Amino acid sequence: MSEPLLALHDVSVSFDGFFALTDLSLTLQKGEIKSIIGPNGAGKTTFLDVITGKVRPTKGTVTFKGKSLVGLSEQRISRQGIGRKFQTPRVFDNLTVLRNLELAASPNKNPFSLLTDTLPKTAKDEVHRLMNYVGLTPFATTQAGSLSHGQKQWLAIASLVAQSPEVLLLDEPVAGLTDEETVRTAELIKSLAGDHTVVVIEHDMEFIRDLNAPVTVLHQGQLLTEGLLEDVKKDPRVIEVYLGPAEE
Amino acid sequence: MKLLKRLIPWILLAFALFILPTFLSDFRINLFGRYFSLAITALAIDLIWGYTGLLSLGQGIFFALGGYGVAMYLTLNTPSEAGGNGIPKFFENYGVAQLPFFWQPFWSPAFTLIAIWVLPAIVAGLVGYLIFRNRIKGVYFSIITQAALMVFFHFFNGQQKLINGTNGLKTSTTELFGLQVGSSDMQIWLYRLTVILIPVAFLICRYFTSGRFGDALIAIRDDEQRFRFAGFNPVPFKTIVFLVAGALCGISGALYTVQSGIVSPQFMSISFSIEMVIWVAVGGRGTLVGPIIGAVLVNYLRSLVSEALPEFWLFVQGALFVFVVVLMPDGIYGWVSKGGLRTLLAAFGIAPKARTYPQIDQEGPGMEMKSPAPNDSSA
Repeated sequence: MSEPLLALHDVSVSFDGFFALTDLSLTLQKGEIKSIIGPNGAGKTTFLDVITGKVRPTKGTVTFKGKSLVGLSEQRISRQGIGRKFQTPRVFDNLTVLRNLELAASPNKNPFSLLTDTLPKTAKDEVHRLMNYVGLTPFATTQAGSLSHGQKQWLAIASLVAQSPEVLLLDEPVAGLTDEETVRTAELIKSLAGDHTVVVIEHDMEFIRDLNAPVTVLHQGQLLTEGLLEDVKKDPRVIEVYLGPAEE
Repeated sequence: MKLLKRLIPWILLAFALFILPTFLSDFRINLFGRYFSLAITALAIDLIWGYTGLLSLGQGIFFALGGYGVAMYLTLNTPSEAGGNGIPKFFENYGVAQLPFFWQPFWSPAFTLIAIWVLPAIVAGLVGYLIFRNRIKGVYFSIITQAALMVFFHFFNGQQKLINGTNGLKTSTTELFGLQVGSSDMQIWLYRLTVILIPVAFLICRYFTSGRFGDALIAIRDDEQRFRFAGFNPVPFKTIVFLVAGALCGISGALYTVQSGIVSPQFMSISFSIEMVIWVAVGGRGTLVGPIIGAVLVNYLRSLVSEALPEFWLFVQGALFVFVVVLMPDGIYGWVSKGGLRTLLAAFGIAPKARTYPQIDQEGPGMEMKSPAPNDSSA
């Protein structure tokens, strides 16, 4: 087995004595898709917070390509190639769809280059390709704030892809989408695998099945089990944490 | 129509430059000169508040710094203001024999011209960087800027030996180019200078708010955390605009000082810095025309009300602010540009009604419905 792209080792996060994550170890290989499920409060979002630098782990190490990410700012981690989509679709409401994407696609992140340089042609083409792919081309000049919930989700995902990260962390990418949109999102994510490494947190089991990726189950900040969706669903421990202990 | 729209700013500018002085008295022109210089401050506040979401309640600091710079230059270079040992008279009252070292460079006109905007910019850049680097945002940012304002206010108030304390520095009796600064000949030149500097300030603000940099500012206002996750560091962006706003406030303060005849620590009073924010809110934040309208209108109103009913102005100002916040959240300019007249007519039930489906079906397809602005339905 080759060196993992992203590795968490014995990570614990405590908020004033409450442990959101306890001794979690997880590795991601390059080009892999991994989906993470777990009941509410299992620590799924905290897991992403730790990787992206929003929360500093109380204990343990997070390494990306062998280098530690602990203590780096969010923007530094993002520039290293780890992108994240939030649970609620967070877009810049007062920018148009096109400008949301152009900002994300900007290869140079310093203010002076934004002031003086124009966006390179390759980035512009990529923005138009993505906008077309997610079906937002007719809304290019619409303010993102007036899009529907589903459109915002797509814009958020498209903005993330526009950043061209190596690792995409998607927190509930299909929440509030129609079935058709969900299928299309699954296609989009599968098409990204290979070049990208993708972690998907989702409640929608249909979607997880569509992704056809190995599943990791978190429970109370700990790794419960890993495996294929069908196997995981049969695991009595998984059934117990989702449905409560079996009554005899 | 489009041509007319593009010509309007130039027409207004020519009007302010050439027509206004012909029928207004020197006194009024001087007042308008002050309003126009305050409009530059309003533009600066719009840059940081309207676009970037940084509600600073401490812009008075930079305004006063610019004012003190120009006032000291004028005082130093006017022979009649000098006391026994060649330095301004007020120093004698406190037994100061030598000009404090930091005032030395203000003998030079070139240095002063640069200092009135560079010094406030440096102070703003430093204060801003420290605040932004520590991720202080929102209400806490407002409180800290206000606290900084109070620190400066009390410092300037207490330093008789350095800057004449509460008395401030008078400029009306000083001389520039052989003319008394308070004279009407000089005042009309200062008025013209101010009118010319407004479009300059406008263009500076437009340079920073249009294009990709402007997008980044709006992104910071909308969701700073998300902006970080896109790989951008918001700190330099915020520091740059805060610095630019500080410089603009300095220029504005210098222009205001020479036209009002005095600079004093009152420029750094808490209420004055809050009023600055009110001008922007009334005119329309997030647009570059709004703050100019707001500053001129509110201050003109202030003069009119104060002349007719002294003591009454603060009530009017308060009412105006409440009115705008409740009924025109986008300010006057935002209200007008988003179909304000139609909203008003609708309130009286005489607005043209939007076409609905049965009507469109009857008239048949092919007749495109004139698409209403997206926020019409909510209005």
